Amino acid sequence: MIDDETVRHVARLARLRLSPDEEQVMREELSGILEHIDAIRAMDLDGVPPTTHVIALENVVRPDVPVPGLPREEALREAAHVTDEGFGVPRMD
Amino acid sequence: MSAHEPVIGVEIHVQLSTRTKMFCGCELSFGDPPNTHTCPVCLAHPGVLPVVNEEAVRRALLIGLALGCEIAPRSIFHRKNYFYPDLPKAYQISQFDIPICGRGEFRALREDGSELVVGITRAHLEEDAAKLTHAGGRRAGAAESVVDFNRGGTPLVEIVTEPDLRSPSDVALFLRQLRQTLLFLGVSDCSMEEGSMRADANVSIRPVGSQELGTKTELKNMNSFRFLERGIEAEIARQEEIVAAGGRVSQETVHYEPDTGHITSLRSKEESHDYRYFPEPDLVPIAPDPAWVEELRAGLPELPLPLRMRMVGEMGLSAEDAEVLTERPELVAYFMEAAALADPKACANWIRGELRAQLREVGVEPWQSKVTPAHVAALVGLLDAGTVTVPAAKEVLAEVIASGGDPADVVESKGLGAMDEGDLAAIVAEIIAANPDQAQQLRDGKDKVIGFFVGQAMKGTGGRADPQSVQRLVREAVRGD
Repeated sequence: MIDDETVRHVARLARLRLSPDEEQVMREELSGILEHIDAIRAMDLDGVPPTTHVIALENVVRPDVPVPGLPREEALREAAHVTDEGFGVPRMD
Repeated sequence: MSAHEPVIGVEIHVQLSTRTKMFCGCELSFGDPPNTHTCPVCLAHPGVLPVVNEEAVRRALLIGLALGCEIAPRSIFHRKNYFYPDLPKAYQISQFDIPICGRGEFRALREDGSELVVGITRAHLEEDAAKLTHAGGRRAGAAESVVDFNRGGTPLVEIVTEPDLRSPSDVALFLRQLRQTLLFLGVSDCSMEEGSMRADANVSIRPVGSQELGTKTELKNMNSFRFLERGIEAEIARQEEIVAAGGRVSQETVHYEPDTGHITSLRSKEESHDYRYFPEPDLVPIAPDPAWVEELRAGLPELPLPLRMRMVGEMGLSAEDAEVLTERPELVAYFMEAAALADPKACANWIRGELRAQLREVGVEPWQSKVTPAHVAALVGLLDAGTVTVPAAKEVLAEVIASGGDPADVVESKGLGAMDEGDLAAIVAEIIAANPDQAQQLRDGKDKVIGFFVGQAMKGTGGRADPQSVQRLVREAVRGD
């Protein structure tokens, strides 16, 4: 089981505010996920290269040719708040 | 106080001047109205997929090859997770443990001719964040910030050095010459002011002779080499003070205020550096064809350092000449063309001196001006043959800048040719007769007075007198009295 502090740390990184009850649920669920990793760790994997991708594809690229994007009105349509022709957000310093 | 030495490494972000962004086809733009170059990919709408820009890969490889890096046979992208409004996905696609370019080495040349060798740790591909501005400017009380996604997703190469630098001036030298190399490769505009090249420095100090590294601080985002150099100086001084007072340097990010010279701490929560990198599942590995890599290696241009060494060693230029002339590839081509036709050292002097000074007033670079390299060579030839004096040559140059005319024709049409010795002797005799006091001073051994006569002769001839000849004629006349 991972400890409460780890759960709170991960929640802070994810910008989540959890109630103590939610923390307990997360603790159990996250621990359950990590146990799957333990199952892999328990195996003898000497000589098995780490796998980062499950499909055997490489070099999927596109040419450096511009394609039209979105008109600004459309780009900003989903914005929660629009200011000065841009996406308005809380003040950042 | 015990002697300390600074230990410095730098991280350089270079925006690639491709036509489109790193992972989508939006056009790169500078100065366009905000949010006019965006699409669902760079705005991070749900369900979109990034696709790698092949030209960005090519340019990253060029950088790696020029820095002597090992090229990874197979590299992958990672997600670097953090929350900030300039990063709509809440992660930056970057590279982590298998960058496209691994270890390398960069050699720079100091002014005294000594070599500065800087280890390159890695150079990797990533995407730039969007631009955050503050509504109503930076004034206090602005309630909100505004995000412009035009820049978001611009291809970046991040170059990381080993902590091999030992002085702020070496850092500036390294960065200037690295910038030249990147300009020669044609991969980026490398404008510090516009932010297409940005540098952070990791600074620590340690007792001289120690091999261990002290605690480092990170000096962030300086927009000029001079400020970076001063910032590092100030940070070293700050760390030395802390250690002298018996304290310990703490690991933090610091900012240099160019106006006040102060270092301020950008306190950030310790969690902010927990980026939880993991492999980007939306992008497959990059495995450049070895034949392609070799083709790129073979096609690299002659780079500034070997070029500078050749200029100093074979062409008789000073290290400073060579540094100035290799600033831009266009300037190199310009100089080389002139130097093939006339004395290289004289061409170097005229190009980096008078030509650039006169052109600066009209805001034009030599290769954009009406003055061709052949014109420069012709002017040097005219001087060499004694056809024109230096002051007259400057006038000729001004005329060539204005009209693009041939220097020899300009000399002819403007009557700027050096004066005939007999005419000059007559003028010198007149000047001596009109200034008996100065002539007497010269006879009495006050040799400095010679400058007065040269000045008078120049004035009297409109700059067409050769100063050396005037000096000689004055001495002869005065002694012969």
